[in-house]
Amino acid sequence: MLDVLIIGSGGAGLTAALAAKDISTVDGVGLGNASILVVGKAYPTNSQTSMAQGGMNAALGNVGEDHISSHIADTIKSARGLCDEDMVRQMCADAPKTIQWLESIGVPFSRLDNGKVGVETVAQRQMGGASAKRACYAQDYTGLKILHTLYDTCLKENIEFLDEHYFLNLVTDDGTAKGATFLDIRTGEVKQIHAKSVIIATGGYGSLYHGYTTNAYGSTGDGVAAVLRAGGAVSDMEFVQFHPTALKSSSILISESARGEGGYLVNSDGERFVDELKPRDEVARAIFEQFQNSQEVFLDVRHLGEEKLMELLPQEVALCKLHEHVDPAKELIPIKPVAHYSMGGIDVDYALEVTGIKGCFAVGECSNAKVHGANRLGGNSLLEITAFGKFAGENAYKHAVYASNKKADDRQLQQDKKEIEAIYEKENTLNFYEKRESLGKLFYEKVGIVRDNVNLTKAMEEVITMQVMQKKMGLSDKNRENNTNLIEYLEFQNALLLAPTIISAAIARDESRGAHYKVGFETQDDEKFKQHIVLQWKD
Amino acid sequence: MQITILRSENNTHQTYTLEDKETTLLGALTHIKATQDATLTFTAGCRASVCGTCSVRVNGREELACAYKIKDGDVVEPLQYHPVLRDLKVDKNKAKETLVKSTAWLHDFQEASLTHKDEKLTETQTDCILCDSCYSACPVYAVNPDFLGPFALTRAYRYSTDKREGNAKAIIDNIQTNGVWDCTLCGECTAVCPKGIDPKMDITMLRGDSVTHGYSDPSFATQSFGTPDFGFDPNGGF
Repeated sequence: MLDVLIIGSGGAGLTAALAAKDISTVDGVGLGNASILVVGKAYPTNSQTSMAQGGMNAALGNVGEDHISSHIADTIKSARGLCDEDMVRQMCADAPKTIQWLESIGVPFSRLDNGKVGVETVAQRQMGGASAKRACYAQDYTGLKILHTLYDTCLKENIEFLDEHYFLNLVTDDGTAKGATFLDIRTGEVKQIHAKSVIIATGGYGSLYHGYTTNAYGSTGDGVAAVLRAGGAVSDMEFVQFHPTALKSSSILISESARGEGGYLVNSDGERFVDELKPRDEVARAIFEQFQNSQEVFLDVRHLGEEKLMELLPQEVALCKLHEHVDPAKELIPIKPVAHYSMGGIDVDYALEVTGIKGCFAVGECSNAKVHGANRLGGNSLLEITAFGKFAGENAYKHAVYASNKKADDRQLQQDKKEIEAIYEKENTLNFYEKRESLGKLFYEKVGIVRDNVNLTKAMEEVITMQVMQKKMGLSDKNRENNTNLIEYLEFQNALLLAPTIISAAIARDESRGAHYKVGFETQDDEKFKQHIVLQWKD
Repeated sequence: MQITILRSENNTHQTYTLEDKETTLLGALTHIKATQDATLTFTAGCRASVCGTCSVRVNGREELACAYKIKDGDVVEPLQYHPVLRDLKVDKNKAKETLVKSTAWLHDFQEASLTHKDEKLTETQTDCILCDSCYSACPVYAVNPDFLGPFALTRAYRYSTDKREGNAKAIIDNIQTNGVWDCTLCGECTAVCPKGIDPKMDITMLRGDSVTHGYSDPSFATQSFGTPDFGFDPNGGF
């Protein structure tokens, strides 16, 4: 029986693993020799974390004055009254020491030439909604370089990995997590892994907006859906962040740092129409308004010059050339806002323990630690996964120390085996890939940047229709081994399970707040709605 | 437009017909799976050249499927020197073990004064996405499956040269066996890297550092002490 089972091998999961291992050797806290396992559906460095570009916030004040209190204030302001201020304070206060820790494991941050030592040399840039140059970065590869350094450190610390295992369900006993079931993608076998503590770090649900998201294919909310099935709670599901600048034809992300470094947004007439450094919700809506007026929108970074672009945004330049045939040094970049980040997710308490499931913790984009509220600030997600990743790892280990080592029975395993069998037996007269496309489009159009109750209700009807049609959707590929058709089917099942939670919360919230903007209810209504919408299944 | 993909089930090339329009190979694979043949198996993630999941070989050259624009007649095959799990999906576990063997991480942290110039020293090396393209392109694996290989050595170089590393020797010590001296400096890795990394140069640098730490080219040692056959290179021929 493991001490800590970590599901998800992105930045949050890897940080949690290192922290759990670290605390297990602390005298008076740990018992040493902690057994920790990180399970992922791909390989650790394949995760969404690699796609974070712009930076990670920490009030170091390396470039101009900054204070932790300013970081807290900016985060709270952007959250539009929907964050938990204690959690925000903890995250922002932990930021400088988290950067110090990343520095100590070798993250190759971009540097200033200030003759100083250690973290004081880390370069910081402007991001939207920030009152100072606060985002520590590594060119526009910040997430990639943090993720890979975490991975290298995990190898150094002998963290054990189980790759290519798809998370099916939590195993619980009387409301307490006892492990989880997985589908071994290579063999097709369903397995149960026993653990005293479980950490879910499986990422967001942005891929529900299939075709209209910056997210990787795998960001399908697997952990969020599993928590719902296990009787846990989810909250703030209606808050999906739309990133203002994705490439128009491919939805590939162009970092906010492009605007932070001085890029403009212009319409077809060449006019600027919004303060580019406002928080993402406001900028995304301003762009949407231009679209309503039959304008196209472009990101203009030409005035930065080729040298500066290659220095600060080398990845963006390459992606623009490849996917849009545009040279950002000479031409305008056509953009559109697309789904980028799930603020909502698994509801957790102050210890990041899942509401409704003891011994189960959730961290990173899959969790709702209530630090982003109605709108996340750029640079706060890498901070969350590392600062809270550590917190989750420590808390999960501490729980394991006192948890019972009685293993759960194999009911969940047997049930999941049966369900996988049933999927193989299902009729397949409707192609779920087509429905995956339709669901993405439906969500972008009707559960998108600007919402209204008529369209939300229509979206709900269509989702329910799709759920009914699911009976006719099955597998074309009946192979047992390496069946990615089956994995994508399971991911789509999760999307269909989460879709109504997002829509119903959006319908219930008759106001506009941060990323949730509703026509007919354009103002923030604190009296009725300064609260989290928490959803949980009843038996 | 037609592309051909090596299918593992019967080890034959299967041809698929696609619309004549510009698309990435990943776009094509996804389209085939969704509309023509759901058994076609490949892996992918970010669509943006940064997660390292979708590398394959096209016409014998390593490419990221998400960054390669297909042409009529393209032949798509899995990476070399990786056990094929199914079609284009390969087992990367063994390749990743090279990172452990070469101890490519920061051994002993020391606080350092880092500058923009220091950042530039390993900026490109740290762009590595572990897509395994270089590993697949490396001809040394045809004769030595235990070779540490380009990506692990580039990573070892990146840490060994980091001013924060207080024990670079530990890394240098661990890249001698099946390491820097086994490379033929053919440059295939450099040619295929989708992030423009130059492992050949990094390995050359590591050889220099190895000499500084008292190591020498084992083939050169053979020449000096063993045989009169001056110019013989035991690593020659590949």
